[in-house]
Amino acid sequence: MTVAVTIGPAQISALDVWRSVAHHLAVAVGAGAPEPPLGVLRDGIVWDLRVPRVLTAAAVGAGLAVAGTVMQGLMRNPLADPYLLGLSSGASLGAVAVLVLGAAVLLPVAAFAGAVAALTATLALAGSLGTLTPARTILAGLAVAQLCAAATSFVIFWSATGDSYREILAWLMGSLAGAGWHSVAVAGAGTLVLGTYLCTRGATLDAFAFGDRAAAALGIAVGRTRWVLLTVVALMTGALVSVSGAIGFVGLILPHAVRLVVGAGHRRLLPLAALTGATFLVWADTAARTVFDPRELPVGVVTAFLGAPVFALLLWRRRSDQAGAA
Amino acid sequence: MSLRVDAVSWRVAGRLVVDGVDCTPPRAALTGLLGPNGSGKSSLLRLVAGVLDPDAGRVELDGTDLVATSRRERARQVALVEQDTVVDVPLTGRQAVTVGRTPHTPRWGGLTTRDHDVVDAALAEAGAGPFADRDLGTLSGGERQRVHLARALAQEPRLLLLDEPTNHLDVHAQLDLLDVVRRLTGRGVTVLAALHDLNVAAAACDHLVLLDRGRVVAAGDTREVLRPEVLEPVYRVRCTVLSHPRTGRPVLAFDPPGT
Repeated sequence: MTVAVTIGPAQISALDVWRSVAHHLAVAVGAGAPEPPLGVLRDGIVWDLRVPRVLTAAAVGAGLAVAGTVMQGLMRNPLADPYLLGLSSGASLGAVAVLVLGAAVLLPVAAFAGAVAALTATLALAGSLGTLTPARTILAGLAVAQLCAAATSFVIFWSATGDSYREILAWLMGSLAGAGWHSVAVAGAGTLVLGTYLCTRGATLDAFAFGDRAAAALGIAVGRTRWVLLTVVALMTGALVSVSGAIGFVGLILPHAVRLVVGAGHRRLLPLAALTGATFLVWADTAARTVFDPRELPVGVVTAFLGAPVFALLLWRRRSDQAGAA
Repeated sequence: MSLRVDAVSWRVAGRLVVDGVDCTPPRAALTGLLGPNGSGKSSLLRLVAGVLDPDAGRVELDGTDLVATSRRERARQVALVEQDTVVDVPLTGRQAVTVGRTPHTPRWGGLTTRDHDVVDAALAEAGAGPFADRDLGTLSGGERQRVHLARALAQEPRLLLLDEPTNHLDVHAQLDLLDVVRRLTGRGVTVLAALHDLNVAAAACDHLVLLDRGRVVAAGDTREVLRPEVLEPVYRVRCTVLSHPRTGRPVLAFDPPGT
């Protein structure tokens, strides 16, 4: 993470990073000199721009990976992910709506409400088509996500005064460009509290591997557990999206990648998915802000470039599975 | 007395699937639950397992009302193996069996040495030891069924419910699996198994319960239930009951239609 902070248009060494961090911690406890050791400008780049951005990326990446892992386990759907099932788009819509109304304080709450509404709509739509198969759920999620994205764009166009295209892009593709210490607080708290809670439910998620009835026979209150865990996932997604917009595919690909290495047991899978999710998004965001310097890509563009082929591969593998079973 | 099912009814979409079923499968014995497709066998097993809640009636295990027992406590006493359990995530045999410890592990705790010992013993008892480190997806139907049986044994149940355990298995795998089940009854486990194949039931069961359209039409010792006049109205087949030349157990020979 220190290394990711050093990468960027301004020359900053790892030592500089730690000197700046040490300085600010010292000031915080009232022990340090008021003058930053790197000079005000460079210190500002480290402490006010890059450090919070990297920390936000880590929190969002970890949170999304855990959310995807939980959704895949709970719904027995290898394609489940907060982005594909519309939660992220719903959260974006909720966030944009309150920003337009000028009630920024309610941002995480509105994002959560949007995520819950989108998830409910997806599951209701998929359920009305018949059994909740992975394919039906994804199609329903797509419809909900598109509707929310269109509504988000509409709200921004209708209200925005300045650069509405950039703003739309940031909400729909996800971007960490605006990340500051307030984003670290929201995303960090969301991931630490809710993500840690979800990580302790590994044994319960394992019991879902054999289906709802098997889980019930193992003493799990299936309906209530599903409801609680999905609500926590929506809550966490809301917190993350309110700072980063809808970053796609992190929740889809990281759980699969980690599962390939450590297997599907959730006790190990959940914490490792969080760790790799954090690392992945820190580097994806570092690439997004530096590779096309001085232009900056929304980080969602990078994750989609990496994630969409994996999604296609998963679809293809399911196809061959079904052909094999028939 | 061990398991006591008392006037249990369950309806779905207004239709009575299980209609006032009474039965008392004896302790430490293998009881076969027979009946044509749609007679309510699977539903009855799920009601006893607590996966479904009955609309009426009681399910008692050694005098305790199972419906009023907490889910977790019930899962420590009753285990269910359903047919054709599909798993599409990469789990090894051991991981799958470890899931059976769920009702015994505290919410915030990890697995203890005893949990690992129980998992090892369950793998061995179900003959699933060789599959401990293999991915479930690479196992044959019979091998996977042993893993599912081991998972149920890891719950340390007093009552084991099996839904069509021998379905899709070749004859060798069927006999092997039934042999494992017989050894379980030998150490005191009560087993209730829904069975499709009457000759499997004839060869393996101590006691039978015959269901038709959600009601018990016959129950008792294997020979009492497997009589042509009992089976004919339920299955709409005619048959002759023979004796196995080695074991003396009943063997059914079915008449072709129209003879």
